[in-house]
Amino acid sequence: MAEEVKLLGFGGSPFSCRVEIALKLKGIQYEMIPQELANKSPLLLEHNPVHKKIPVLLHHGKPICESVVILEYVEETWKGVPLLPEDPYERAMARFWAKFIDEKCLSTVWKACFSKGEEQEKGMEEVLGLLKTLESQLEGKKFFGGDNIGFLDIVADFAALWLGVLLEVAGVDLLNDSKLPLLCKWIEEFNNCPVVKETLPPRDMLLKFFKMQQAATGPQYK
Amino acid sequence: MATTDDVKLIGAWPSPFVMRARIALNIKSVDYEFLQEQLGTKSDLLLKSNPVHKKIPVLIHGHKPVCESLVIVQYVDDVWASDQPILPSDPYDRAIARFWAAYIDDKWFPSLSGMARGPTEEAKKAAYEQVVEGLALLEDAFGKCSKGKPFFGGDRIGYLDIALGSFLGWIRVTEKMGNLKLLDEAKTPHLVKWAENFCADASVKDVMPETDKLAEFAKMLMAKAKSAPPN
Repeated sequence: MAEEVKLLGFGGSPFSCRVEIALKLKGIQYEMIPQELANKSPLLLEHNPVHKKIPVLLHHGKPICESVVILEYVEETWKGVPLLPEDPYERAMARFWAKFIDEKCLSTVWKACFSKGEEQEKGMEEVLGLLKTLESQLEGKKFFGGDNIGFLDIVADFAALWLGVLLEVAGVDLLNDSKLPLLCKWIEEFNNCPVVKETLPPRDMLLKFFKMQQAATGPQYK
Repeated sequence: MATTDDVKLIGAWPSPFVMRARIALNIKSVDYEFLQEQLGTKSDLLLKSNPVHKKIPVLIHGHKPVCESLVIVQYVDDVWASDQPILPSDPYDRAIARFWAAYIDDKWFPSLSGMARGPTEEAKKAAYEQVVEGLALLEDAFGKCSKGKPFFGGDRIGYLDIALGSFLGWIRVTEKMGNLKLLDEAKTPHLVKWAENFCADASVKDVMPETDKLAEFAKMLMAKAKSAPPN
């Protein structure tokens, strides 16, 4: 049965990359329809009128929006490599920490990296606290998902690449073995996974993009 | 099987987020001990069970805590899977339910709060307009999800009914105290009917606070906020 799977996405977005990693793990063929962030295409506006944002998965023409909603959809639609644990409690933990990343970590990191002076100092303290809390979930594990990457690792993709780039642009040394040993180890392991390697954008491209953002007035997208 | 372990819920009667967990447990006919937090203090059990956010609701199932209201609802649905499903069975319908629940929490509820807590009259008015716009979107979503049945979930209350319905008490308080309409027979007729059906449902009626009682609580909160030092 020919599946028609398309992704309205953007290679530089961690949210879009989440979906690509999940689809690749499941071995799903899909067509990437790259979107421009500033110029929203009619296709994007038609399929995500509420938020007008990528990623949008189109399965047999039907849109699914919001990266975490898409991940759950991919998990439930296609068998094969499981993304979520089987145990209901472990699933609840994965969902809890995914929310923690999206609702607490991301915005705190953005804000801290694009602020200055005392505000940045305070922001970075908060970032360190949040990341220490997150890395505690890696205790005794190779990945958040255990021996293999899973739902929470995919949601944490931001930490594997964008986090380091943003901290570099901000000139802050936070992501090192003495401050965040478990997270640093995880970043290495995560980035070594074949599907991750072929999905994440080149670091130097991101660095260039965010340096331009720094020079302007702040991040163009979240 | 885990279902024989004891179930406790840390919460408070006015909280819509706590109500979500209670409705889910009621749908599954799960007996639980309701441990009410006192306003202004956080119990040791709460701080121990939810050290990350220190917030209610927290479900404690066989001594293991689950936090975040919608995570709890999905957990309850996963554990007591054989009784009365909460999420739809079709993956696409599940995705739509999750999408709108996320919209309600990330965009719509902050606007509802903004109507009372906005820093200026302009901000409060803008929040009001966003709430009304959101309800128009949800009215439209109701048409698509319900497929002519009484609830977003169809014949019975489901995930999205719980996600939105838990706010009905506060919607009514906001209407009463602001002397305005949010759910409107002219603009959101389906949601008006849905609200009646939701509040009358067996799994909801004992946990939905009376509007007057909630309004008293809201007045008390506002008075407290005015007299407290800013933080």
